[in-house]
This record gives sequence, C-alpha cells and structure tokens, in this order.
Amino acid sequence: MRENMVEAEGLTKRFGTVQALAGLDLAAPAGSILGVLGPNGAGKTTALRILTTLALPDSGRAQVAGYDVVRDPAAVRRNIGVTAQNATLDELLTGRQNLLMVGELSQMRRADARVRSEELLRTFELTDAAGRLLKGYSGGMRRRLDLAASMMTRPPVLFLDEPTTGLDPTSRYRVWSVIRGLVDEGVTVLLTTQYLDEADQLADRIAVVDHGRVIAGGTPAELKRLTGGARLEATLSVADQAAFEALRPLVEGPFQISEDGRHLRAPVRSTAGLVTRVVRVLDAAGVDLEDVAVHQPSLDDVFMRLTGAIPESSVWPPDGQATMKPELQEVIR
Amino acid sequence: MIDAVPTVRAGGASLPVRVAGALRDVYIMTRRNLVHIAREPMQLGDVTIQPVLFTLLFVYVFGSGIPVPGGTYAAFALAGLLLLNLTTSSMGTAVGLTVDLNTGVIDRFRTLPMWPAAVMVGRSITDVLTATVCTLTIVVSGLVVGWRPETGAGQIAAGFGIALLFAYALSWLAGCVGLWAKGAETAQSFGFLVLFPVSFVSNALVPTRGMPDWLRLIVDWNPVSAVTAACRGLWGNPNPSAINSAWSMQHPIWTAIAWSIAIIAVCLPLASMLYRRRTTD
Repeated sequence: MRENMVEAEGLTKRFGTVQALAGLDLAAPAGSILGVLGPNGAGKTTALRILTTLALPDSGRAQVAGYDVVRDPAAVRRNIGVTAQNATLDELLTGRQNLLMVGELSQMRRADARVRSEELLRTFELTDAAGRLLKGYSGGMRRRLDLAASMMTRPPVLFLDEPTTGLDPTSRYRVWSVIRGLVDEGVTVLLTTQYLDEADQLADRIAVVDHGRVIAGGTPAELKRLTGGARLEATLSVADQAAFEALRPLVEGPFQISEDGRHLRAPVRSTAGLVTRVVRVLDAAGVDLEDVAVHQPSLDDVFMRLTGAIPESSVWPPDGQATMKPELQEVIR
Repeated sequence: MIDAVPTVRAGGASLPVRVAGALRDVYIMTRRNLVHIAREPMQLGDVTIQPVLFTLLFVYVFGSGIPVPGGTYAAFALAGLLLLNLTTSSMGTAVGLTVDLNTGVIDRFRTLPMWPAAVMVGRSITDVLTATVCTLTIVVSGLVVGWRPETGAGQIAAGFGIALLFAYALSWLAGCVGLWAKGAETAQSFGFLVLFPVSFVSNALVPTRGMPDWLRLIVDWNPVSAVTAACRGLWGNPNPSAINSAWSMQHPIWTAIAWSIAIIAVCLPLASMLYRRRTTD
C-alpha cells in the first residue's frame, strides 16, 4: 500500500443551518487520481476548500503531502496546485503575466518561471493569447489558464474542482491527457466532477459524495458492479401486456415502464445471445418491437442509484398500473 | 525549483530567507497594482485631474472671497488642498480592495506559499506611490497659481514627509473599510459620509477664526487640521491656526505624527484581523 498524499477523516463543516460536510473521509495514494463525484451541493467544493487551506473544518482531520491542513497550512501550500471552480486569476494581467506572478509568488526564480509558463502556455494552447489581457479571454481559455497556473511549480498534489466544466470536447480530451501525463510522473490528483465519463476515464478510485459524506467508494469497475449488472431496454410499436409475460423468464427483476406503455426496462444477466432471445420471444408472442438494447452498467447508473436521482417507485406489476415519473421517462427515451 | 519528479517539499527556511521572500512577495503585489493602474489610467484621476480641478476651483472661486491674514489665499490653501486630495483619494483604496476581494484572485493567492500579508502591504505601498503622484500634481498646480514654499529644503521635505505619513495611515484606514465593506458601493459611500466631512471640517480651506467655539474645538483636533497646520508651518505659509490655544494647534507637527502613528497602530492589526476573517470560511 502506497502512502496517502491526501487523507481526510471525519471532516465536518456547517454553514449556518446547512451541514455542508457530515463526516467526510477521503484518501488518495501517491501517484493516483481520486475522483470525487456528487450532485450540486453535495459538499465537494467545501471538502476541496478545506484540503487546500481555504476553509477550516469544524471537526475532523486532513493531511496533504503529510502536512496537517489546519496546523501547517504553509507547508501544504508549498505542495499543492489548485484549480478552483471559479476563475481565480487577475483580469487586468495578461495570461503570461498571470502565470509568472503565480510562479514568483510560489518562490520560483524568475527565469524558471518564464520557462515553465511558456511550456504550460504551449500545453494548453494559449501561446497565441498569452499577451492578451485576461478580461478578453473566453470561459474555456480562462479555465485552461487556471489549470496551467495550478501546475506552475509542478506540485506533487493537484486539486482540480470540476476542471473541464465549460470546455469544448477537444480541450476536454486535451486536459485529460495532461492530467494522465502528470500522474505518470507521480503527481497525485484529486478532482471533483459532475461528468461521470470524466471520473470513469480518469479516476483510479472514485468517492461518491452526497449530503456531505461519502456514500460509496471504489474503483470505477467496483462501483459499476454495485448497480447489479446489465439492463434491457426495449421500445414496442404499441403497448402490449403480452410483452411482459414473454420477457419474464429472461429478466431478473421488476420492469419499469413509461406512461404510454411502449418503453420498458428491466435488469438482466448479460449472457451470449440475449438480444436474439429477446427478439424471438417477443416475436413468438406477437409483439412488434421497434428498438431493443442491452446496456452494460455505467457510472450514471451508479450515481443515480446512489444519490437517489431515480425513484424506483414505478414497478410493473404488481398492480398492473403502468405509471412512471416524468424524469424516469426521460431516462428511458 | 523545477523538479523532474514531484517530491514533497519540506518547509523550515531560515528567518532571513523568509524575510527576503516576504519582501519579494510585497514587491510582486505592488508591481501587480501598478500594472493595474497602467491598464486603467483613469484609476489615477483622483490624484491627477481632481487635484488640478480643486486647486483652480478653490484658489480662484473660493479664494477670491476668503481673506487670509498674513498672505494670499493660494499660499494659505495649498497645504489644505494637498490634505483634501490625499484624504478623499484614499477612498479609492477602499473601493479597489473590495473589488479585489470579490474576485477569485484572492483565493488563488491564498493557496500559494506566499506571505499572506503581502496583499495588504503591497496595496499600502501602492497607495503611498499614488499619494506621491497626488503631491507632485498639487505642488505643480500650486506653483502655477502662485504658491511658494518660503523655507529651506529640509523643512519643505519634512512637510511632505508628514503629509505622506498621514496618507500611509489613511491607506490602512481605507484598507479596513475595504475589508469590512461587502461591496464597492458601501466603500464608496464611506468616502462621502466620512472622508468628505473629515477633510472639510478642518482648517484646510478656510481660516477658523469665525467658527463657533464648539466647532473650532472639533476642527482643532481633527488630524487633517494638524497635518495641514504642520505643513503650513514647515513651508512658511500663512497659518492662522497658530494663534489658537488648543495644544494640537500649538504643536501641529507632533500632533500630526501622533495621529498618523495612532491610526496605523489601530488599523494595521485591525486590517490583518479583518483580512483573516474575510478570507476564512
């Protein structure tokens, strides 16, 4: 087991009546990426602000690079790079001046800061804009410059709060590859994200946070296993109860059905030839099928299952009433 | 400083190294503020355009109606105009600081291994530099309208030194206001509600003879009056307040210095406390 570069135990934080953190535990081993996943208001940003010495916890303990964030914030700051959720750079300086200022305020020598800033401007494709004032930058450019600023001193630990929010897909992939490259060099990264594919793609381990605590943790594969396997989704030409009777032997749990009765979903065990059999039994039952697919579990499923974003109230049968909440309808279509 | 492989950086630099680092941080923050001014030169309006306007306005409009014992109104008013402009322009500090605190850049600074106080100290140094610009503008406009210092170089310089010390103290006062104010408007209204009365209820622009006793008591102990009287004395300009019996008007130099030191002694620790409170959650 490698040493943890980021470690938090039982962090709590209350803002007025809002319990932002309610005993949060996190751990990121050296040279790994920990993805912190959760809906808005789950406490991700608060946790990050505590770990980066911007906020004090009400209780609990956290260490970054082996230093206590409350007792030794100066030592923590020497070892971290931070990209916050909102832009944190100087509007009236150019992109280049911003990077140089961050480098110099981090005790880099000016010559080193120059070399490093040019390198990062190239990495984030900002060289052409480097001489322009930040206030003329687009949102995506600011985001990339913020990321570059957090990497100026090559800190061993990076905190990235929703690093790719507001980036176009190309920039997003680019940022991903930069982050992977840093981790290959041994950097430890803690990133929060709302994009499940981002966590899936990047993170070695994921902590799902809701209501200020970690409600599930593990590798992306482990988390996907939590949803209990694959699901079948089918669209019928017309609603037909015969479809359910025919599919019953093939599925492993209750059906979910849309209001018009044409879209249905059920958990299945993914086996060879499953779709072929689904088509055959429905054909034999005289049901016309428009679309059918077996979905492997994604982190979206995990996320929604764990954070309760999908209610599981609309089950058919027992009472034969095919009802469905509107948001579930969305998901199925 | 650029490591090929990131390793954990230990702390514990020696005291001289830390002091040198802190000074460098202050230099970097000051330079940043000066770059801001270069980008938005209108920020300097209150120390360039305003002093010229005030000088012309007071010397030619008010001055022609206000008799000054022992000299011309221009000779009398220059020190007062300097203080008026230095005092009111410190409002810019409060506003600028509030604006700064409401942008994300402070969060960035706070995650860097820099001397946290450099943000505030850098600002106070920038303020002294802009106060110097203000002083130069006033001196040039004063020379144009007929003001002349009548004493030796040492005394003239001492007068400017006392005025700039007071400007430095005001910068910390304005810093506290900027840290306390939630938004730029609050900081701005502080300027109108506090700094304008303080600079006008003084001996800066009118002789105080005709004032009722209760008002003259306030005026005589107003720090703006003390600094103005000190400058007038040191520059050999007409200083009608010198006949006032208040200790502060009999010893304006010491009063001016004492006021400045007192303001700094209160506002500097207060500013660092407010800064910590404002930036901790």
